[in-house]
Amino acid sequence: MTLQITETPPPYIEKKTRRGARKVPLREQLIGWIFVGPFGLVFLAFLVAPLAYALYLSLFRKAMIGGTSFVFLGNYAKAFTDPSFLDGAWFVVRFSLVLIPVQMLISLAMALILDMVTSSFARFSRLMIFLPYAIPAVIGALMWGFLYSKNFGPLGDIFGLFGASAPDFLSNDLVFYGLLNIVTWQWAGYYMIILYAALQGIDPTLYEAARIDGASSWQIVLRIKVPLITPALVLILVFALIGTLQFFNEPQILRDLAAGTIGPDFTPNMYAYQQAFGLANFNYGSAISFALGGVVFVCVYIFLFATRKRGSFLS
Amino acid sequence: MTASIDVAARRRRPQRYLPLQVLLGFLLVYFLVPFWWVIVNSSKDAAGLFGGGNALWFADDIDFVGNLRELFTYSGGIYARWLLNSVLYAFVGGLGATALAVLAGYGFAKYRFAGRRFSFAVLLGAVMVPSTALVIPTFIMFSGLGLTNTIWAVILPSLLNPFGVYLMHVYARDAVPDELLDAARVDGAGEARSFLQVALPLMRPAIVTVLLLSIVATWNNYFLPLAMLSDNDLYPVIVGIGQWQGVASANNAGGTSLWSIIIMGSLVSVIPLIIAFLTLQRHWRGGLAIGSLK
Repeated sequence: MTLQITETPPPYIEKKTRRGARKVPLREQLIGWIFVGPFGLVFLAFLVAPLAYALYLSLFRKAMIGGTSFVFLGNYAKAFTDPSFLDGAWFVVRFSLVLIPVQMLISLAMALILDMVTSSFARFSRLMIFLPYAIPAVIGALMWGFLYSKNFGPLGDIFGLFGASAPDFLSNDLVFYGLLNIVTWQWAGYYMIILYAALQGIDPTLYEAARIDGASSWQIVLRIKVPLITPALVLILVFALIGTLQFFNEPQILRDLAAGTIGPDFTPNMYAYQQAFGLANFNYGSAISFALGGVVFVCVYIFLFATRKRGSFLS
Repeated sequence: MTASIDVAARRRRPQRYLPLQVLLGFLLVYFLVPFWWVIVNSSKDAAGLFGGGNALWFADDIDFVGNLRELFTYSGGIYARWLLNSVLYAFVGGLGATALAVLAGYGFAKYRFAGRRFSFAVLLGAVMVPSTALVIPTFIMFSGLGLTNTIWAVILPSLLNPFGVYLMHVYARDAVPDELLDAARVDGAGEARSFLQVALPLMRPAIVTVLLLSIVATWNNYFLPLAMLSDNDLYPVIVGIGQWQGVASANNAGGTSLWSIIIMGSLVSVIPLIIAFLTLQRHWRGGLAIGSLK
């Protein structure tokens, strides 16, 4: 890596603000805005406007009789007493609590192994482990759905060899693990690549120095490698958090394969989708979407704030 | 650069650690099993799929070509249309998002303007807003404008990529030296010219990464087109396969022949992205680290 990334703002800004020269020539300001402007417009149109609109919609309720009425936070009050929403939210929280540590440990372990082993087989494995990231979540869920399936999956054959009956990962009891496996399979390779790239950016003379001081391989891993890639670990944790709390694709696809196990309110996002597009209840759907987006935002922000000293992408 | 010394040192004495390689082998099997299943089973017909043969091995008659022909002729050849739609959405959306991200990232990194710090803080906040939370209100806005069920309903929201802007900002800040831009200006180059001829070539690794990530995000986006489109002919390939899958599950017995098409369709739909990743791997691998080193 030739990138040298520092916490400090670009030097020219520091110089000028320190001198107190706050006046930037109008021409430079204008050019700056010309570069940022096109994205700014898209940002306003497809992020700010929908969020504001969702907030607005979420404050109303549409009744069969009497039309639309302003209910202020009524939809939110409804959501937080609605068992469908609460069960879905609880599932997503439980799922994140198990998934994120598992996923991070696996991707960290793989990254550390691939950082140590330098054979061509390791290079090949690195690429293949990453491959599931290129697969659409829907297709990934479908592939695993096939593998889990009683009709054409291999689990029956494999467990049959030992005279046991195969576990049904699409049943009520095991669908949690079925989904856990799919998401881990899909994302661990992507996270592994991010961590691996961060590991490759560490100056190897540090390892030599540690070895001269008598450090074992384990000590090098735990005291040098892991601490130095903390920013990358924080980054993937944030990605995982954002991704899991808005869980939609995989359970939506498995719904058809796992008849009866996964309901339309399995996750908050699926519930919002059902309310909006299944029942044309856009106000309530917007309230759920907005509440979900808000909760994700606040969680991630608190997390980043708490870890900011360890270095994060939110400088 | 120390990394090159390191590479040379490692090359002299490759580190093999046999037990770790065996462990890697097991991991590899886990990560490749679903691909293997799809490759094997896309060669089977309904009898082979449901006949109880080995699920992880080929049936007696291997019929890739027949299934392919079936896939591309089923329902008036709609699958080819879905593939083309996916390509259109991914390329227009991905290229557009990348162009906007390059401009904005460069603007944030290299110019001072009123509201710069505030805008950048808002941008970082936006990275954390889950994009699916935007789908429902965007749908209602678009439906008011008569844009739902058009290609624009999928392409326009795909142009938004705050994380791409962030990556470009970090990269441009470090990879494009101010001195070089100043030198270009002294030599009489305008802002547009110093951007296009000086900065842009230096930013190429990050551009490839952001482009690839944007294309993958658009290609793999399921929620947005699922909500926006109701016309079969406009579906991207994964929404189409999802729909087939729903049909096949709903009528268990009658849908048996559809399953071989779905499996073949899944296989065909993942090939373009796999090729893109494998051919561009030298470029994206370094680029992915940009956001994580800070």
